[in-house]
Amino acid sequence: MQSLHHVPLLATTGGSGMHDVILQLAGVDYLILGVYFAFVIAIGWILRKHLKTSADFFESGRSLPAWVCALGFIGANLGAQEVIGMAASGAKYGIATCHFYWLCAIPAMVFVGVFMMPFYYGSKAHSVPEYLKFRYDEKTRAFNALSFAVMTVFSSGISMHALALLLHSILGVDYGLCIAGSSLIVLIYIYTGGLTSAIYNEVLQFFLIVLGLLPLVLLGLKDIGGWNGLMAQLQGYSTAQGMPGAWSHLWANMGDTKANPMGIEWFGLVMGGGFVGSFGYWCTDFLVIQRAMAAKDMGAARRTPLLAAFPKMLFPALVILPGMLAVALLQKGAGFNLPPAADGTPNYNMVVPAMLAQYFPNGMLGIGLTALMASFMSGMAGNVTAFNTVFTYDLYQSYLHKGASDAHLVRVGRITTVVGLLISVACAYTARQYNNIMDMLQLVFAFVNAPLFGVFLLGMFWRRATGHGAFFGLLLGTLSAAVFHGLTLPAGEAVGIKGGWLGARWFFASSMAQNFWVYIFAFFGCFVGTIVISLATTPNKTDAQLRGLVYSLTEKIRDAGTKWYARPAILGLVVLAGALALNIIFW
Amino acid sequence: MHLDVRIPLGLLFLLLGLILIVYGFISGPAIYVQHSLGQNVNLLWGAVFALFGAAMLAFTRRGKFGA
Repeated sequence: MQSLHHVPLLATTGGSGMHDVILQLAGVDYLILGVYFAFVIAIGWILRKHLKTSADFFESGRSLPAWVCALGFIGANLGAQEVIGMAASGAKYGIATCHFYWLCAIPAMVFVGVFMMPFYYGSKAHSVPEYLKFRYDEKTRAFNALSFAVMTVFSSGISMHALALLLHSILGVDYGLCIAGSSLIVLIYIYTGGLTSAIYNEVLQFFLIVLGLLPLVLLGLKDIGGWNGLMAQLQGYSTAQGMPGAWSHLWANMGDTKANPMGIEWFGLVMGGGFVGSFGYWCTDFLVIQRAMAAKDMGAARRTPLLAAFPKMLFPALVILPGMLAVALLQKGAGFNLPPAADGTPNYNMVVPAMLAQYFPNGMLGIGLTALMASFMSGMAGNVTAFNTVFTYDLYQSYLHKGASDAHLVRVGRITTVVGLLISVACAYTARQYNNIMDMLQLVFAFVNAPLFGVFLLGMFWRRATGHGAFFGLLLGTLSAAVFHGLTLPAGEAVGIKGGWLGARWFFASSMAQNFWVYIFAFFGCFVGTIVISLATTPNKTDAQLRGLVYSLTEKIRDAGTKWYARPAILGLVVLAGALALNIIFW
Repeated sequence: MHLDVRIPLGLLFLLLGLILIVYGFISGPAIYVQHSLGQNVNLLWGAVFALFGAAMLAFTRRGKFGA
């Protein structure tokens, strides 16, 4: 589930049926792709020997070291939107796209590692929804499990669709063949090796993407005349767009919605994106939390998001910089071109493929393409493993077949993997049919996920929060989001899925700005609702039942025996200081 | 005990690096002039891949996985 970030996906723009083949592969490129896929499948095959229990299949037997979990954590998030979408955003919004990292990811990653992981990992829950059952009640868990399951298969379907569309347009490969091929590979390695196989592949994918795309950025930078050359072109471009400095500054243009291409002001950005959206994703989304819960002990689980934050902080150089370089190269007129989108403007979704075609000769081209495909598959696999775990533990074992044997659960997990992928395929074809499926998913995130963080925050830090309070608080959050969405509309959009269906009273400069404000209303609707209803209802759990689930009733973790550099609080402070420094440097 | 992830990681990058190095030697200079500003990126980056892979394999021999 990666729908937090507002980035144009291929799904919304690529449906024009164009298929300009822009990458000319040679034998060596196919060889590289073949070697990679052989490794992917071999890993699952080798790991199948180690897979005996349901804990092995769904939780990697809680045995992995922190650095492996951290790379899995970041790899699962490094899906299609990261590489293709962030490059597109880098072109559309410039360096301000880094807010999605230094503002809308790092603080939340530190918070989940330092403050929340003790409750997720310590509660011995198998999943995030199960934590909600322990802390609140059955209905809150069911609500979360169901909405999460729906969102994960949708997200994996959209990843699949985006990959197929991309390969179709850059290589001329048949759409159906891509869908079948990518789902089959993901199926094989998860079916055989479970979560461990998914995480190991995410580690491979992480390094492939980093080492595969780095030379692209270096060559692009060299071509444009280094960092100074890039900034000079971007300043020229910003001025030509009527927003001087917008593409080369993070914060300087955030005072006014008209001064930056995101159409947002700092408060909406910080509250909606940096707080509600970001904490709602990084702190409650089982897709990433599952990677930390596979760690071998509490210390490793807490270090997982913190260690992951280090590469996350540097990713803009890999995924956003190509977009900025593309705009600068276009501005300079250096012989670099992007294919036009349906409306005649440059198609920014093609930034990475076009740069691959420009700067990579055969050989490296195979590596670049492998890195791209790896990013799509890690997005898919992350969703599929989270889906099979939530379905098996939170829906099947809880409601459909209580007391199922362990071997039976592994079987169900495997069947669920197949079924989940089949539903994803159906979603991919639906996405192909309806251009606005990305808007739909964005809406589900805003209505269902944005309120969630309120319930977790109160659950972990306020013992008085009750099951009824949480459940009806969530519904109130969804209701506030829906009402706000119905009363507002981004400028120039038609009434409908973009909002305004209750009669548009307020208008936003962009749909990103509107969405961030929907998040804010969703969160506060839920937060206030949960407090009021909790105070009006009697607590449904005793203090003894809440031990290990609520901050004030849980013994504090002593880090005294841990080396200073492995202590979560210290790691967290280092990461936050780094993010702060980056914000100041690129102000 | 699990398979140490550094083994497949090291092998993959070593193998890909060697493929790039070999291709860097046998391919003519034309593709590098056309694409990568005259740099033989296959040779250069193939060496980076191979070194990274070899380093991962070396770590495997030294350290205990998950310890």
